[in-house]
Amino acid sequence: MPPTSSAPLLSVEDLHVHFVTSRGVVRAVEGVSYEVRPGEVLAIVGESGCGKSVSSLAVMRLLAKPAGRVVHGRIMFEGVNLLELSDEEMRERRGRDISMIFQEPMTSLNPVLSIGQQLMEPLFIHLKMTDVQARERAVDLLKMVGITDPERRLDQYPHQFSGGMRQRVMIAIGLACNPKLIIADEPTTALDVTIQAQILELMKELSRKLNIALIVITHNLGVVARYADRVNVMYAARVVEQGTADDVFHRPRHPYAMGLMRSVPRLDRPRGEKLETIEGLPPNLLDPPKGCRFAARCAFKADICEQDPPLDEVEAGHFSACLRAKEFVAGTLAPAPAKRIEAAARAGKDAAPLLSVRGLKKFFTVARKGGLLSTQTSEVRAVNDVSFDIAPGETLGLVGESGCGKTTIGRMVLRLDNPTAGEIRFKGEDIAHKSLNDLRAIRRKIQAIFQDPFSSLNPRMTIGQIIAEPLTVYKIVPDAKAAAERVAELLELVGLFPYMAERYPHEMSGGQRQRVGIARALAMEPEFIVCDEPVSALDVSIQGQIINLLENLQRTLNLTYLFIAHDLAVVRHISDRVVVMYLGRVMEMADGDTLYAEPLHPYTKALLDAAPVPDPTIEKSRAARALKGELPSPLNPPTGCVFHTRCPLADEECRRIVPEPREVRAGHHVACIKV
Amino acid sequence: MAGAVSQPVITYKLRKRRHPVLEFIAAQPLGAISGVAILIMLFGGLFSELVAPYDPFDIDFGAMLAAPSAEHLMGTDAFGRDIFSRIIYGARTALTIGFFSSLLGCTTGAIVGVASAYFGGRADMIIQRFIDVILSFPIIVLALVVVAMLGRNQIAGVDVNLIFAIAIPVMPKVARVVRAAALTIRDMPYIDAARAAGFSHTRIIFRHMVPNVAAPFLIMFTAYVAQAILLEASLSFLGLGVTEPTPAWGLMLSGNASDFYREAPWMILFPGVAISVAVFAFNLFGDSLRDWLDPKFKV
Repeated sequence: MPPTSSAPLLSVEDLHVHFVTSRGVVRAVEGVSYEVRPGEVLAIVGESGCGKSVSSLAVMRLLAKPAGRVVHGRIMFEGVNLLELSDEEMRERRGRDISMIFQEPMTSLNPVLSIGQQLMEPLFIHLKMTDVQARERAVDLLKMVGITDPERRLDQYPHQFSGGMRQRVMIAIGLACNPKLIIADEPTTALDVTIQAQILELMKELSRKLNIALIVITHNLGVVARYADRVNVMYAARVVEQGTADDVFHRPRHPYAMGLMRSVPRLDRPRGEKLETIEGLPPNLLDPPKGCRFAARCAFKADICEQDPPLDEVEAGHFSACLRAKEFVAGTLAPAPAKRIEAAARAGKDAAPLLSVRGLKKFFTVARKGGLLSTQTSEVRAVNDVSFDIAPGETLGLVGESGCGKTTIGRMVLRLDNPTAGEIRFKGEDIAHKSLNDLRAIRRKIQAIFQDPFSSLNPRMTIGQIIAEPLTVYKIVPDAKAAAERVAELLELVGLFPYMAERYPHEMSGGQRQRVGIARALAMEPEFIVCDEPVSALDVSIQGQIINLLENLQRTLNLTYLFIAHDLAVVRHISDRVVVMYLGRVMEMADGDTLYAEPLHPYTKALLDAAPVPDPTIEKSRAARALKGELPSPLNPPTGCVFHTRCPLADEECRRIVPEPREVRAGHHVACIKV
Repeated sequence: MAGAVSQPVITYKLRKRRHPVLEFIAAQPLGAISGVAILIMLFGGLFSELVAPYDPFDIDFGAMLAAPSAEHLMGTDAFGRDIFSRIIYGARTALTIGFFSSLLGCTTGAIVGVASAYFGGRADMIIQRFIDVILSFPIIVLALVVVAMLGRNQIAGVDVNLIFAIAIPVMPKVARVVRAAALTIRDMPYIDAARAAGFSHTRIIFRHMVPNVAAPFLIMFTAYVAQAILLEASLSFLGLGVTEPTPAWGLMLSGNASDFYREAPWMILFPGVAISVAVFAFNLFGDSLRDWLDPKFKV
């Protein structure tokens, strides 16, 4: 626990930030106050657009000008109000006293400058170091963030580093001038789960060791539970709950915080509970409602909620902006326990598989070096010898880190990519080698839901046109009138309103668009749907809504899903069976419950270890066991078992033998010779 | 930290939401002025009979090479034809040829560009090398060759082959720009969704890809109207475009105008100004349209 008695390093008092746009004034941050002490980790949690990033950009005085401005409040840093400093004075503090780490490690380093130049630049500017001193310090910094061979790597360029390595470099740049405060905006969102664990471990350790205050902005509750001392929950431009991580996670006193905790699928809870969701959408900050901003979505709404709720201390050091918080404390008001869904007798363990994949391979050839007349090519083995079956009415989860080939498998099943070798049988018919014309009849039966709801809908077509297109092309309905009726039905089926058919995609929120994407897939009356990361681009409370929708549709329409995702908890929640992939190969395949309860493959174990659980007690009690090393390049995969470079069990034999998946228990396949 | 959320009272002078045309004028004043210039030209071209004070073909030997006066606003040429009237009728020629050749060139270019991007691989490679070949000729030389090869073919008073001659050099330039835009669209998930639905190639290209390259298309279309007007004037000047006695701006600069420009500078001054204004107006309009349609320029 941090010493709460020491003076705060940063205190934000009653901050208001407004953005003036052509559509009106967006009150992006309203009356936000918080404090951070040296060595403390403060997490700011909330969904997109709630003002969490804007409030910290305001601290750095990096708001986009001229639209964004701080209209009220004080930002006291070591007794100085940052808002009153001249631009020159502020620039001196930025980078030296306060530094910032951004979300996207791929774009936040300048590609034409070497790592060393970028690392030494703040040292020259702020600490007036000489070349020799700066280089020495740069080497120290790279060592500190765990980059091996720092002398040589200093002269390399960003493209020679992997995503996780670049984020380490970003942290090194952040640390360069011994800052007192680091603001990290979604520092691990773009990273894979095993790399995320490494980076967070590193940041936490550094903040302890160097006594740096850390503000982490994130939407991932597991990350918060593992690393934060104190938590600010923001909703619609305001802080709704503030307290220690224990308080907020175990005794949430604001209905929004409670809803957030309950709407994420969790690895530490039994499966089969229906996800609680927060229905509805966050308010539009151009014209926010009077009184409590959350009232419209709140299960505990009462007449008193018409008034503006103040952020009051409900227990020692625990603040909530709910007028009924006292009732939560007294225990007279509590959320209803989660409903269990009857585990429907999963049909079809014995039935013939709907989709059967055998020995599927996809190799991409990439040009490596182009001579004048000759091109050297090399092969990326994106998918290498993958086999699995999916029974009718079942959900097969496909998990793995980026580059493991899970998306490529989905694309081959949809025949968006052609397999290099292998079979894909749908109802016994091999669709891997059919011509596109012969495929048309089958395509109706296999549909897809895509990851990014912002780019999966044609921006020039209305929602109605998008959903009606397959209906008319395949003559599923006789005429335009029947198509319009069917569109209305489909919109209601996915929880939208028929009048939305007139709208364009940009007039809808992310969650609504994802529902449109689902309606479009359902219009073809498919039996099988490939869901490629269908919820990863959505906010936590919306994620739950979409997962519940997919589950309901599966039950009512008897659909079969191939569910591709990187989020282990989401996959576990929705899948009957799970396939774990690594570098194009299947590592482990088992019944969902078995896989999570008793993982056998060392990679599966590492994945489960790395995934943070939204419970601070569990998180703080378990030892950090971050998987060492980086994901090898698929251009040059390791010999033998592809996982041997990072595997704690690996020995000489693993370098030579490519392990075949074998059935260790009934229905539990593992590709490891050590099991 | 406790206490009700304070509400600092701040009033903003907010611009009201206005009609898009008014918004355009406010944001792009130069574009609006050039738009007005284009409208005036359009009006003159459409209603030449009503606007022009004289018949452009009317030869008046009594007023040969007359200086600009109240009677002849821009003077007369060597045959005593009223230059002001000929410029008004010339707008009709310029706009017809400019509009149709740009439309033809840009549309075929857009379709070729989108198809090239969509099919990719070998088809894309062949189309792109073919475009490289066409692009290696200067635009005026290419048009000259086409005119010389095709000869003349008048339909409704318009030389159709001239339109082709101007459209052909425009096509590859548009195809290249549209291809670049279409390449990013091809990788969009909504194209994947359309392919997964088993839609035909034609449907995907025309229904899903072409509408999404409309913005670059529109911008290039206006810009190439200017180019086409200029090209038409150049070809006419070289004797390969519009022929006498049809009033055309480029033609008015050539012929015996070069013999008399010392005595009657108005013979070349006014057609020259007309060409410059038209080209300038279309270019400016295209530029402001690009800025206006680009979301990055909007707050």
